[in-house]
Amino acid sequence: MTKPHTSKVHLSSRHAIELLGQMILIRRFEETCAELYGAEKIRGFLHLYIGEEANAVGVMQALTPDDAVVATYREHGHALARGLPVREVMAEMYGKASGSSRGRGGSMHIFDVNRRFYGGNAIVGGALPLAVGLALADKMQGRNRVTCCIFGEGAAAEGEFHESLNLAALWKLPVLFVCENNRYAMGTAIERSESVIDMCVHAQSYGIPAEAVDGMDVVAVEVAARRMAEEVRAGGGPRFLEDKTYRFRAHSMFDPELYRSKAEVEEWKKRDPIPRFARWLQDAGLLHEADVAVVEKDVARVIEEAVAFAEAAPWEPVEDLLRDVYTPRTDTAVRR
Amino acid sequence: MIEFRMPSLGADMEAATLVEWVKKPGDRLKRGDVIAVVETQKGAIEIEVFNDGVLDEILTNIGEKVPVGRAIATIRGMDEALGPALRAAVPVAAPEKIAPVTAPPEEAARPPPETRVVQAQITPAARRRAQELGVDLAAVKPGLGGVVGLDQVEAARPVIKERPGILFDEMRNAIAAAMARSHREIPHYYVTSTIDVSRLMDWLEAENSRRSVPARLIYAVPLMRAAALALKETPELNGHYEEGRFEPAGRVNMGVAVAMRGGGLIAPAILEAEILDMDELMERLRDLVARVRGGRLRSSELSQGTVTFSNLGEETADSVLPLIYPPQVAIIGCGQIAERPWADHGAVVVRRTLTVSVAGDHRVSDGRRAAQFLTHFQQLLHNPEKL
Amino acid sequence: MTLMRKITYREAVREALKEALECDERVFLMGEDVGRYGGAYACSKGLLQEFGEQRIRDTPLSESGFVGAGIGAALGGMRPVIEIMTVNFSLLALDQIVNNAATLRHMSGGQLSVPIVIRMATGAGRQLAAQHSHSLECWFAHIPGIKVLAPATVADARGMLWTAILDPDPVVIFEHATLYNEEGEVGAEGDLGVDIECAAVRRAGRDATIITYGGSLKKSLAATEQLASDGIDCEVIDLRALRPLDDKAIMASVVKTHRAVIVDEGWRSGSLSAEISARIMEQALYDLDAPVARVCSAEVPIPYPRHLEIAATPQPEAIVGAVRGVMRK
Repeated sequence: MTKPHTSKVHLSSRHAIELLGQMILIRRFEETCAELYGAEKIRGFLHLYIGEEANAVGVMQALTPDDAVVATYREHGHALARGLPVREVMAEMYGKASGSSRGRGGSMHIFDVNRRFYGGNAIVGGALPLAVGLALADKMQGRNRVTCCIFGEGAAAEGEFHESLNLAALWKLPVLFVCENNRYAMGTAIERSESVIDMCVHAQSYGIPAEAVDGMDVVAVEVAARRMAEEVRAGGGPRFLEDKTYRFRAHSMFDPELYRSKAEVEEWKKRDPIPRFARWLQDAGLLHEADVAVVEKDVARVIEEAVAFAEAAPWEPVEDLLRDVYTPRTDTAVRR
Repeated sequence: MIEFRMPSLGADMEAATLVEWVKKPGDRLKRGDVIAVVETQKGAIEIEVFNDGVLDEILTNIGEKVPVGRAIATIRGMDEALGPALRAAVPVAAPEKIAPVTAPPEEAARPPPETRVVQAQITPAARRRAQELGVDLAAVKPGLGGVVGLDQVEAARPVIKERPGILFDEMRNAIAAAMARSHREIPHYYVTSTIDVSRLMDWLEAENSRRSVPARLIYAVPLMRAAALALKETPELNGHYEEGRFEPAGRVNMGVAVAMRGGGLIAPAILEAEILDMDELMERLRDLVARVRGGRLRSSELSQGTVTFSNLGEETADSVLPLIYPPQVAIIGCGQIAERPWADHGAVVVRRTLTVSVAGDHRVSDGRRAAQFLTHFQQLLHNPEKL
Repeated sequence: MTLMRKITYREAVREALKEALECDERVFLMGEDVGRYGGAYACSKGLLQEFGEQRIRDTPLSESGFVGAGIGAALGGMRPVIEIMTVNFSLLALDQIVNNAATLRHMSGGQLSVPIVIRMATGAGRQLAAQHSHSLECWFAHIPGIKVLAPATVADARGMLWTAILDPDPVVIFEHATLYNEEGEVGAEGDLGVDIECAAVRRAGRDATIITYGGSLKKSLAATEQLASDGIDCEVIDLRALRPLDDKAIMASVVKTHRAVIVDEGWRSGSLSAEISARIMEQALYDLDAPVARVCSAEVPIPYPRHLEIAATPQPEAIVGAVRGVMRK
C-alpha cells in the first residue's frame, strides 16, 4: 500500500515484502513473456524490463492513485507496479480483447485510464510532451497532483526531450521526470550518443533540480522518488530523477547484443536488485528464506492464472476493426 | 518428456542455424540455462530453456537450418526414465487465422455489353446511353478529339424498330407512367367553351361533297388547323416545361390522340402543324393513324410534341377534361358534335355544337390565356373557308 | 430572419475563439505569438487582454513540445485550441499529431479521447518562397483518427471552428493565408456552429462540376464567371471537410453533369485530387463523359518571383482551360 505524502520510508517487514514481491512479480512476468514470445504467443516487439525492476517499484511507491504515469514501450514493469491487473496486461500481450487496451496496442501500448496509466508509448521521447500537457491540465484546473514521466536516457537526444523540459520548467508544471539510464539506447552506448553523459546536467540546464540514484537499489529509488514527488506536490515545479540502472536482457527479443560484452552483463548481474534486496533483508532480520519461497509460489500462481486467462480470452471480432478511430456520436455540448 | 522447439526471437525471424550445443544429453538443466547457440540474420544468439530437467536427446545437428517451431531437443523430467521423445504436452494452439480485412469492393455497375469493336474513344456515359437507346456505337460519328460522348450518341438516336405488340406494350407503360406523373406534378386548370359549329359542318359537308372520297376531310382536321393557328397567338400553351423552366416552342408539333389496337390512347405528333394546310394535315393524320394501327411510329413523333389535341369523336361524350402529356403544358379536348338547343338573338334554336376544353399548366399559363385561345379558336372556326 | 453582418475571415476566427473562451473554461488558446503579438495573422488580437495569459498562452518555438502538451492537456480534461503558425512548421509536430493525437483513442482500446483543435495557416500566393508556401492538407487528410477541415468562406471560418472545439476528436483546421482579409456575411452573434462533414454547392450548374477547397474556391468561382459568358454552366462544390470527404455530394453532382474538374493547390502527385479522382472513378465511372481533370500546383518547390509563383499554382485561366477540356469545346 502506498503511504501517502511522506518522504520517509518505513521499512517494516510488511513493506519490505511488498517491495520484494512486486519486483519478483515483474521478473517472473517478464521471463514468462520471453518464453511465450519464443512460442509465438506474443508477437511484434517485446522489450523486457529484467534487471530494472527496482526503478518501477521504487518510483511507484512515491505516487498516489490520483497521480499520472506516462511510460515507454518497456512498460510492463511500470504497469504491474502501478497495479494494473496481471491478467489484463498478459491478455494485452497476447492481443486479446480482454487486454488493458482491448488487445489493440500490444506490448508497447498498455493503457489504463482508471489507474491514470497513459502508456505504453513507442516513439522515443514522444510521450514527454504528453506528460507536460497532463501536468498543464492539472495546474490550469487547480488540481494538485503529480505527472510522473518515465523514459530512457536515449530520449535525451530527441528534440522533444528538450522542448518538454523547457516547457515544464518555464510554466512550473508538476512533472516528475524519471530517467531510467540503462546506458544503451538499443545498441548505442550513451558515451557514443551524448556529448554530456550526465543526465542531471541536462535537466539542470533548464533550471530543473535533478538527482541521480542507484537504480539497482529499490530502497534508494523509493527514498529519492518520494522526496522529489513531495517537492513537486509542494508546488516547486518539475523535478528530475536519474536512475542508474542496467537491463540484463537485450533491447528486445531479436537482439544478439553485439554492442556490449558478456563480461559487462555478468558484472551488473551481480548487482541484481532482487537477490540483493532479499539478502539485505535477511541479514537485517526482516525476512526469512521461507518468506521468499512463499512469495515465489504466490507469484507463480498469479502468473499461471494470468496466462490461462490470456489463453482463454476471446479475440476481438474482425467486424469491429474500424471501431475506436473516432468517438461515437454523443452529446458534445460545450459547458456554459 | 518435453520437446524443446526453436523459439521465435523476432517478428521477422523464420529460421536459424544451429551452431553450437552448449549442453549435451544427460546434462542437468535449470530454467534459464543456455542450451544452444543459433545463428540468425542479426548474429549469433544464445537460446535458453524454460524447464528444469535433463537433456534427453538432441534432434538437430550442428550446421542445420531449423525453422521456428521445430523441435530441436527433448528434455525429460528428473525422475523420468530414458525413452523416445513424446509429443509435447502443452499444445501450442495457433490463434485463429484472422483473414486480412480489406474493404469490400464497391458493387460496380455492370458494364454494358459491347456488341462490336469500335475504334473511337467512347466515354462510359456515352456507352451506357447508347445501350439504353439501342444505338450502334460503330455507326456513331466521333466528335472533337475523336471522342464519342453523350452529345454524339444523342444525335444518333435510332428509329424505333418495327416490333408491333411488344413495342406498344412498352409505350403503354410509358404513357401510364407519364399520366401518373402528369397528375402528380402538373397543376392543371381547365377552361371550357361550347362552340356553335354549324357553319363549320355546313362548310365541311359542302367541301367534301366536291371532293373524291380519298380526298375528303374528317371534321377533326379543321379543328386541328384552327387550334394550330390559334396556338401561335398563345405561346404559353405550346412548348415544354422541364427542370423548372418553360421553353416555348417555335413550332406547333401537334400531338394527336389516336386509339391503339388493343386499347389505350397514344398521341404522336404531327410536326410543324401550323404550316400545313388542311389537305396536308389530313394526309399526315391518315398516315399517323395507319402507322399507329400498324405499330410503326418514330421516336421523334413521341417526344417532340409541343401540345396535344384529343378529339373524342362521334357518339362518345359531350366533353372531356384531359390530362396534359408531360413535358407539354396544354392539351385541347373536344367532345362529340351533337345537336343541342342554342340561343340566337333571343330565340331558342337547334345547332350543332361542340364542347372544347383546354387544360393548361398553371405554372405557365392561366385561365385568361386559355380563354383567349378559345376565343380565337372559335373565331377561326366561324370562317372555315379561310382555314 | 437572422441579421446578417459583414466581417473579415480573421474577425470570424476571433469571434468563434472568443465565444468558446467565454462559454467554456476548459477552452484555451496556445501557440507562438498568440498572446502579446496578437497572433501572427491577428486572429487573437485583444484576447490576451480579455482572457489573461493562462488561457491565451504564448509558447516557445517548440512545435512538437506544445502540440504534444496540448494533446496531454486534452487527455487531462482541457479543450485546447493549438495554433501552429503555418503548415510549414507543423512538420516539426507531425510526430505528435500522427503518432499521438490520431492514435491514442485506438491504441488505448477506446479509453482515451483527444478533444483538441489545431489551427494552421496554409498555402501559397504571397511570395514567401519554398519553405513558407506549402499546401500539405492531403498529408493530414490521409490519417485516420483526425478530422481535417478547410473553411473557404467567412461563415465557415467562424462556424466550423466552433463545431470543431465541441468535437471530442482531434480536428485540424487549415486557414488559407490569402483568405484572412476576405469579407463575408455571417449571422448574428451567438448564432454559431455549422456541420463539419458536408460539402457545399457554392454554385449550381449543369455542364461540369468543379470540386475544390480552401483558397482555391475563389479562383474556381472566378473561372465560372468567364465560362458562363461562353455558355458553359459550371457547378462548384466546396469540399469544406477534407477528412471525411463528402462522397455523396461529389457523386450527386458528377452524375448530373458527367464532367469533373478538381482544383487542388497541393502538388498533383499523391494529392487530395488524386484521391477524389479515384473515388469518382470507383463510384461514378459510367456517368463520366470525359476523364476527370485536375488543376494542381506544378511539381516544383514554390518559387519566390511573382510570375513564377503564379505559374506554379492553380489559376482561373487554368481552371477555365480544364473545364473546356472536359467539355471538349
